[in-house]
Amino acid sequence: MEQVNELKRKVLELLKEDARRTPELLATLLGAEEEEVKTAIEQMEKEHVIVKYATVVNWDKVDDERVTALIEVQITPERGRGFEGIAERIYLYPQVKSVYLMSGAYDLLVEVEGRNLREVANFVSEKLSPIDSVLSTKTNFTLKKYKQDGIIFEDHEEDNRLMISP
Amino acid sequence: MFTNKNQPSGEQSKSMSSYLSPLVQQIQPSGIRRFFDLAAGSKDIISLGVGEPDFKTPWHVREACVYSLERGFTGYTSNAGMPELREGIANYLHARFNLDYDPANQIITTVGGSEAIDLALRALISPGDEILIPEPCYISYSPITAIGGGVPVGIETFGKDRFKLTAEGLEAKITPRSKILILCYPSNPTGAIMSREDWEPIAKVVEKHDLIVISDEIYAELTYGSNHVSFASLPGMMDRTILVSGFSKAFAMTGWRMGYACGHPELISAMLKIHQYTVMCAPSMGQVAALEALTNGMEEKDRMVDSYNQRRRLIVKGLREAGLECHEPQGAFYAFPSIAGTGLTSDEFAKRLLREFRVAAVPGSVFGLGGEGYLRCSYATSVSQLNEALERIGALVALLKKERENKA
Repeated sequence: MEQVNELKRKVLELLKEDARRTPELLATLLGAEEEEVKTAIEQMEKEHVIVKYATVVNWDKVDDERVTALIEVQITPERGRGFEGIAERIYLYPQVKSVYLMSGAYDLLVEVEGRNLREVANFVSEKLSPIDSVLSTKTNFTLKKYKQDGIIFEDHEEDNRLMISP
Repeated sequence: MFTNKNQPSGEQSKSMSSYLSPLVQQIQPSGIRRFFDLAAGSKDIISLGVGEPDFKTPWHVREACVYSLERGFTGYTSNAGMPELREGIANYLHARFNLDYDPANQIITTVGGSEAIDLALRALISPGDEILIPEPCYISYSPITAIGGGVPVGIETFGKDRFKLTAEGLEAKITPRSKILILCYPSNPTGAIMSREDWEPIAKVVEKHDLIVISDEIYAELTYGSNHVSFASLPGMMDRTILVSGFSKAFAMTGWRMGYACGHPELISAMLKIHQYTVMCAPSMGQVAALEALTNGMEEKDRMVDSYNQRRRLIVKGLREAGLECHEPQGAFYAFPSIAGTGLTSDEFAKRLLREFRVAAVPGSVFGLGGEGYLRCSYATSVSQLNEALERIGALVALLKKERENKA
């Protein structure tokens, strides 16, 4: 992996806080040249360091029923390819939001999203479990999301400082 | 008898104020307070008037305090503070500023840096002593000097010197009654810092005139580009200096009221006498939190300082683009732009900014000599709020320019 230099790292941190920050604002905040920042961003986009600019949504606040499950999957690795091939077979399903290879009691952690419980259950029983090398699955439905990617959904820490203070 | 509205009295009434100490009566309420009253009650104001971090105290610090409360750590500590905390402070000052204090008899923990300054002044002042105070500066020094029976003597510092104290400026104000010099660098409100080269001639004057120095270094962690140089670290100055600091600014712990003072054992022992008869000890829960901050808080502190630095660049650029002259602050979290070119006094400018553009900032005049013509803008606020505030300041400056042209 390419060594990310200091400017790039700072740019990433600031964009992670707010992806809509312009190169001009980033340059001001970091005391850098706007061109320098632009180049850094372009490079990181090209190298897929910046994969995508996305919006963090608290779906609980939208009248849009959906359920998420975290599924622990045990699998037998394939000769020669290990976990790669099987992971790919799983992550290509559009219902699958994320897939992680894990150490510990199971191998893959698969995040699946559906419109309701039945849809997720069907996915597990019809798509995931029947895969040859899948040994077992354990489905955990998420009830509420408090924090995601470092962002607290219901932040109670308001700014209650006095308007003017010494 | 003093007057009582509800009970008409036949006797000669005497007003309550006649009971008050003349020392207290001569003190004016703080100009910051006056502005606070103007701004209070309105919801949609963007405030650049806040003299405190916009971060909450790091969670591990709060959590350590909660945990210690659960275990029942709620009693008095020794008067000077928990030995572990004093040791922590000693280690910290050694590592950061190359200062060596003995935690046994050279460090006292106090209720905020404010108490430490008050203790130092009360331990030192004989009635009529003159206390030298470079201005513009934090609003409390002059009033607490007066309450302590001393005579505050302001030393004006100037924008052209980037608000640094100069040896000539200091020397010009020295009389046979001069006894104490109060320093506050990095400076609230100007953001000025002093380098070793800046300090050396000051130390010579201090030595020549046999002054004692109270050095308020509460903003020491908040410097950008160069490290803070503690006045006590200059040759020969350690024994003449009472170093005052605290946890409010570096660790976002303003409400905890945790501060400390370090100095010559005899000075500290004199301060300890007053401290033990007035407040006994700093709050035990605050001491636990402070120890946690010192022990495990440096990473969080660095992150906060980094963030202030980013916003410092934003506000200085924004103020200049708005048409205000602004020197680059090197410390604390205030920008101190000049509004002299707008034709208004700092008070008028701040009032119009608040009333017409709903941005609160503090007029420089409240900070003493040399503050008139400037505005204190705290940049401890979010990037989006800062951007909005800068736009509004720009709008006021443009409006004032138009008004001047129409008059001409």
